[in-house]
Parts: sequence; C-alpha cells; structure tokens
Amino acid sequence: MNGILAIYRKEMGHYFVSPIAYIVAGVFLVIAGFFFNLILADVMQGAMQAEMQSMQFGRPPEFDVPAIVMRSFFGLLGTITLFIAPILTISSYSEERSRGTIELLMTAPLRDYEIVLGKFLATLSLFFLMLLPTILYQVAMYLTSDPRPLWRLMFTGYLGILLLGGGLIAIGSFISSLTENQIIAGTVTFGISLVLFVIDAAGQRLYTWTGDVIRYLSILKHYEDFTRGVIDSSNLVFYFSLMAFFVFLTLRSIDSLRWRRA
Amino acid sequence: MIDVEGLTKAFGANRAVDNLTFRVAKGEILGFLGPNGAGKTTTMRILTGFLPATSGTARVAGFDVQENSLDARRHIGYLPETPPVYTNMTVRAYLDFVARIKAVPSAERGKRVDAAIGMTNLGEKRGELIKRLSKGYRQRVGLAQALVHNPDVIILDEPTVGLDPKQIIEVRHLIKGLAGSHTIILSTHILPEVSMTCDRVVIINKGKIAAVDTPQNLTGQLRGAERVLLQVRAAAGGGAALKQLLDAVDGVKNVAVDALDSNGRFRAQVESASGRDLRSKLAARVVAAGHDLEELRSVSLSLEDIFLQLTTEEPSTAGGATSAGKEDAR
Repeated sequence: MNGILAIYRKEMGHYFVSPIAYIVAGVFLVIAGFFFNLILADVMQGAMQAEMQSMQFGRPPEFDVPAIVMRSFFGLLGTITLFIAPILTISSYSEERSRGTIELLMTAPLRDYEIVLGKFLATLSLFFLMLLPTILYQVAMYLTSDPRPLWRLMFTGYLGILLLGGGLIAIGSFISSLTENQIIAGTVTFGISLVLFVIDAAGQRLYTWTGDVIRYLSILKHYEDFTRGVIDSSNLVFYFSLMAFFVFLTLRSIDSLRWRRA
Repeated sequence: MIDVEGLTKAFGANRAVDNLTFRVAKGEILGFLGPNGAGKTTTMRILTGFLPATSGTARVAGFDVQENSLDARRHIGYLPETPPVYTNMTVRAYLDFVARIKAVPSAERGKRVDAAIGMTNLGEKRGELIKRLSKGYRQRVGLAQALVHNPDVIILDEPTVGLDPKQIIEVRHLIKGLAGSHTIILSTHILPEVSMTCDRVVIINKGKIAAVDTPQNLTGQLRGAERVLLQVRAAAGGGAALKQLLDAVDGVKNVAVDALDSNGRFRAQVESASGRDLRSKLAARVVAAGHDLEELRSVSLSLEDIFLQLTTEEPSTAGGATSAGKEDAR
C-alpha cells in the first residue's frame, strides 16, 4: 500500500513539476470551452425556433435546452478524451524503460502491482483533475437556465467520462509498457483507441453474433447511456473489466521484462 | 552474506553467466573484474532481482533472490550502470522517493536522506534539479540512492565511470569507508580500482569465473616465474652469443633475445623460477663477457597483465608477449 502511494506521489509530481499537466489540461480546456460555446449557441438557436413554431401552432414548447446541451457536451468530451488519453499515457513506462529508471523500481522492494496501480491511479487522477474545471460550465448553466438542468444527468455524465478515460488510460499504459519508444507507444495507443471508438460502425450491418460482439466492443457505445442519465450495470461491468483486463496485461508485461534481455 | 551457487543465465543459446559460484563474507569488498560483455552486469542484475537466473541459486542476506525476492531486495542497495535518476526531480525529492519505495520508516526518512546526501558530498546540490547536474554529480546521486536505506549489501555496477580523477578518489574512499559495516560487490574494468579498493577479486570472462583471490595473491600466483629484462649492446657474437651466455646462468629457465637496432643492441627477457632473484648474477655475467649493460630491471606483472592473461584465449605466452609488447611501447 505504501508502495502504491509512493509511486502515485512520484507520478503526480512528475506531471505537475514538468509543464506536461498544465499544457495538456490547458489545451483540453480550451477545446472543451470552445465546443461548449458552440453547442450552447446552436442549441439556443434551435430552442428559439422551436418556441416560435410553438407560438404559431399553439403547442407548448417541448425543448429541454440544458439536457440537450449536456448530452452533446458529454458526447464531445468523449471524443476529446480519445485524443487526450493516449497523450497522458505515452511516457508511463516507455520513458522509465528508456532511461533505465525501471531498474530502480524493479529492484526496490516493491511488488509489481504496486508500480502498476500507482501509475494507473495517478494518470486517472490527472485526467479527473483536468475534467474538474468543466463542472463550472454546468454550474453556469444551472444558474441561468430554465428549466434547471438535472444533477443526475451531470453526475452520470462525469461518471461515464471517467470510466471511458480509465479504460483508455489502462489500454495506453499497457501499450507504453511494451516499448521503450514513446512515438510507437503514442501511435499504437491512439490507433487502438480509434478502432475501439468506430468499431461499432463496422458491426452495424452484421446481424450475426460476430456483429453483436463487435458492437459490444465499441468503447463509445457503452458511454452513450451515461450521457442520457442512465447507469446500466452492464456498462459498468464493461468498463471495469476493460480496466482490470489491461491493468492485468500491464502487470504481465512488467513481469515479462524480467525474462527478456533488458 | 552473499552466497552464489551454480548461477547460470542463458539468453537463448548464449550463456551470459555460466555456472558461477562464489561467496562474499560480511563486511567484505568483492571486485568483479572482466572485459565488457563478460557477464558482470547480468550477474548483478540477478543478485538484485532484476533478472531471474536460468538455474542455480543466489542468496543475499540469507534470502533467496528468487524465492524471497522482496526480502532480499530490502537488504540490497543497487547502483546500475547508468544512475537511475528522475531528471526533473531535485536531489532531495528523488532520494526521499527512493527512501519511500525502499520502505524506510517515515520517522527515519529525513535522517536517512540527509545521511546519504552527507556521505556522497551532495550537500550543496540537494535542492538542485538532477537534470542540471553534471555526470559526476548524477553518479553520486545514484550512489546516494543505493545507500539511502542503509542496506547490508551494496551492489555497484561500475561506480566510478564518468567521474573525474578527484571524484574517483572520493568515491573509492567512500566505498572503503562503507566496508566492514556493509558488504559490497563492485564491478569494474579499471584494474587499479580493484587493487585499491577490493579485498578479493573475481575475474570473470565469458560468463565463467577465471580466478578468485586477493589482488596480492593473484599477482603472486601468476608471477610463477620472475622476469628480468636486460638491454645490452653486444660486443661480439651478437644475439646468439648473448642468448647462450644468459642460458648458461644457473637458475635461468628461459631466454628470449630480440634485436633492437642494427648497432648490436639487444633486448633479452630472462625468466627464472619464482623466488630467485638473478639480477646481480646476470649483470656480472654480461659485463664479464665484455658486453655493455645499458639497462636491467625485474618486471613484475601488473593486475592488468594478469587480467589479460586470464581473459585472452591463448595460454600464458600471450600474456608474456603482451607485457613485452607494452615494454616496447614505453
């Protein structure tokens, strides 16, 4: 346990002492803020049109602006996460390997899982910290909109994005542990994440069981329910198994370093 | 303290370490000497639990490095070939981190970090980022890292590489000071380092142990024969006469004569049984025969020659030839 904490502290220090955390978070927030504005303007325009129509035809407006904004915003966050998560994990292990510091960690009285979990939790925390400022957008919306947004929607949305990020971070960490080369780690992670994102399009026209499997593997498919305010246990199972599976693979990969010629 | 038996590590068909057996007593400094690629680093990596052995056992402080790896690792301080430092940490933060992962109790942590900084003379650099430090200082940070949890066993892979002469002396001094309370293994291909710091030497070549002994004994054992080198301007008869003359001296086992130039200058290498000093006899004989004796000295083998003798393919003649070759170069 102390080992996990020591690694966690070191990783967080690494992120925040160097400019990595600030630059990645800064770029992330600029993009998120820009699109939030765009979505807001778009939806408000739609709402105005709907209101005018309802005045003409005498129907009450059925347009829940905050809910639509939130849903689109979380959809967008998912896409940005696809780009951000590989960046966060590029150097996780590949840098330790190329600099030889992995030898320090592996000859210290640490268990492999302490190294792997410490690193995974640190990256996940950084991702969480990056998301925090976007809560301000929701607060602003809460204070100014009518009807008020549903807190439940906000909660499930952030839960979903954390799980999505966690899954991508687990994949990225594993790939980073396979190579000393950071460019390879980044490219492969990004490629795999992208495939998992769009895989459900490939499964669309397949009506056999393979199609079901392919659709199930889509990392985005399981995220959509969260943006609608639904917590489905099957989605939780999907993300937790994804994380557990890749954390386990990372453990095996670290252990296998001992058996390879380092 | 360290007990290695039949240790073998194979990478595919290549045996990097082949059936190594040695022991290191508590408080001893053992030098690991061998050419590059001899298996020094691999052996150290097995001892520190970084690599598993293919067969054989290694015990450190009573713990098998494979069966009880964590217990063994707790007793080891290890400096790999390149100091494993995080360059964007300060010296102090880095050592604090290492103390944490080496399970130093939090109450002692500050004290241990300060002690490690003190021992390696890093006091004025403690707040500096490691990336701003020179190679020599980084090496010292690496050394401090190996000492921070006050381990019983310290394993140092080429600890003086990249240091300037003054720093080398400091580090050797530090290592000597650690002996007694700590058991130390250090590897090097710098020979004087071994004779200066180590109690015992393991010479390792192609994964096998070529010799184990004290530096003094190794020198003595290999000397087996005494060698005397003469430089002579021959009066008459040239080299053949000179060789005959020297061969006739009582106690001489072997004589080799080479012409140095066309003015009748020769160099003779005379080998005798060990323990017999023939210098005065040889001098008297040469002078009596009317030759000019320009130089006469006994040649003792340095550890370097021994190292070459033990690690080159050819038997002892190669060592002799090499040492003669070196004499020429001077």
